[in-house]
Amino acid sequence: MSLIAITDVRKSFGSNEVLKGIDIDIARGEVIAIIGKSGSGKSTLLRCINGLETIDSGSISVEGAQLLTEARALRELRLKVGMIFQQFNLFPHLTAGRNVMLSQMVVKKTPKDEAAEIARNMLQRVGLGEKFDAYPDQLSGGQQQRVAIARALAMQPIALLCDEITSALDPELVAEVLAVVKELAAEGMTLVMVTHEMRFARDVCSRVVFMHQGRVHEIGPPEDVFTNPRTPELQQFLGMSQAA
Amino acid sequence: MAQFTVFDILRNLLLATQWTVVLSIVSFIGGGLVGMLVLFARISNRGWLRLLGRGYVELFQGTPLLMQLFLAFFGLALFGISVPAWLAAGLALILWTAAFLGEIWRGCVQAVAKGQWEASASLGMGYFQQMQHVILPQALRVAIPPTVGFSVQVVKGTALTSIIGFIELTRAGTVVTNATYQPFLVYGLVALIYFCLCWPLSRASQILERKLNVAHSHH
Repeated sequence: MSLIAITDVRKSFGSNEVLKGIDIDIARGEVIAIIGKSGSGKSTLLRCINGLETIDSGSISVEGAQLLTEARALRELRLKVGMIFQQFNLFPHLTAGRNVMLSQMVVKKTPKDEAAEIARNMLQRVGLGEKFDAYPDQLSGGQQQRVAIARALAMQPIALLCDEITSALDPELVAEVLAVVKELAAEGMTLVMVTHEMRFARDVCSRVVFMHQGRVHEIGPPEDVFTNPRTPELQQFLGMSQAA
Repeated sequence: MAQFTVFDILRNLLLATQWTVVLSIVSFIGGGLVGMLVLFARISNRGWLRLLGRGYVELFQGTPLLMQLFLAFFGLALFGISVPAWLAAGLALILWTAAFLGEIWRGCVQAVAKGQWEASASLGMGYFQQMQHVILPQALRVAIPPTVGFSVQVVKGTALTSIIGFIELTRAGTVVTNATYQPFLVYGLVALIYFCLCWPLSRASQILERKLNVAHSHH
């Protein structure tokens, strides 16, 4: 059974239909890259999976449980599916360690000492063990994004959604974040990432989804999608991103 | 005719000043509490509650405080409820303060980046958990200077309650003037006392603004 089942999902903003019937099944341990031009609906799809956007029709289920809009069901879903954002979105008034501890304590009611212990481990895991007491604005973009990953991991999700997590980073900081993601993939974490890092997608992902005008235009293993693009749209897209 | 020294005048004015101070504090604290309700209504995701909050704010910001005082004092009397001046004054000032503080705070909450809501939601937090741990602590930092600044308006607003007969600094000024026939001296002193109350608050607001700005970049 697939871990995340997306079936005929439609979503409009006003009269603009952004998702026009999306079907994707994601198995446990898969690493999915969603690529496509801006405005193709890839970020919206990701945001729908953890309920930041509500879908107009169709269904999304995670571990067999339907995604509902009711607040409590939504919170339970979000415990299973973590999300990393382009802009990091660390809590600026809390230290890195506190950022990782907060939701454990507030949502899971983990005792403070235990939460701190987990936070230390998670920060260690992303290579920032010594930054426990640093505030977000004392960290580089790459470090902030790694703290954000540690924060999501601390909730022990079964899948992580990554929304262009390296797009706001200076080029020299991209690698350190991707290294962490690569490690997660190797450990068997289910990952769904919207990305512009084509080389990373090719090296790490099990499948690549090319979205075009609100539809899944092509889907397949990276070697097929990247070396034998079937549609002119994907050929053009890949040509553009290789030229860039 | 009795002779009044400047000391006599000042003593009487200072006695009444304590009521200005008490009324200011009561209005500010009461207004703050009601203002919290206004804030939560204004940013609620329930449409009718937002509308209610907006109506409240527009009503109290869109009419003179003096009219609100009159309505509280005379209006309730029409329904056979006799309201003492202090109660009408306190009530009207609390409601008036709440409208302004609620609106100031709404701006501060909405100044918190949308990503903070999304990140905390994606970590499974509920609305009040997000508010308590993520949004309000950040909004508070922005809110303190304008909130302290607005307390000056509350102090000055209490002067209007003299018109419905509440004895505070301005009312005492009128009474003392009627006895001494020295309006310039008396009202000069009244103004000076108001200034002594308000100026430190304005300064505090400015200092806090600078301090919190610095704190934001260095911790």
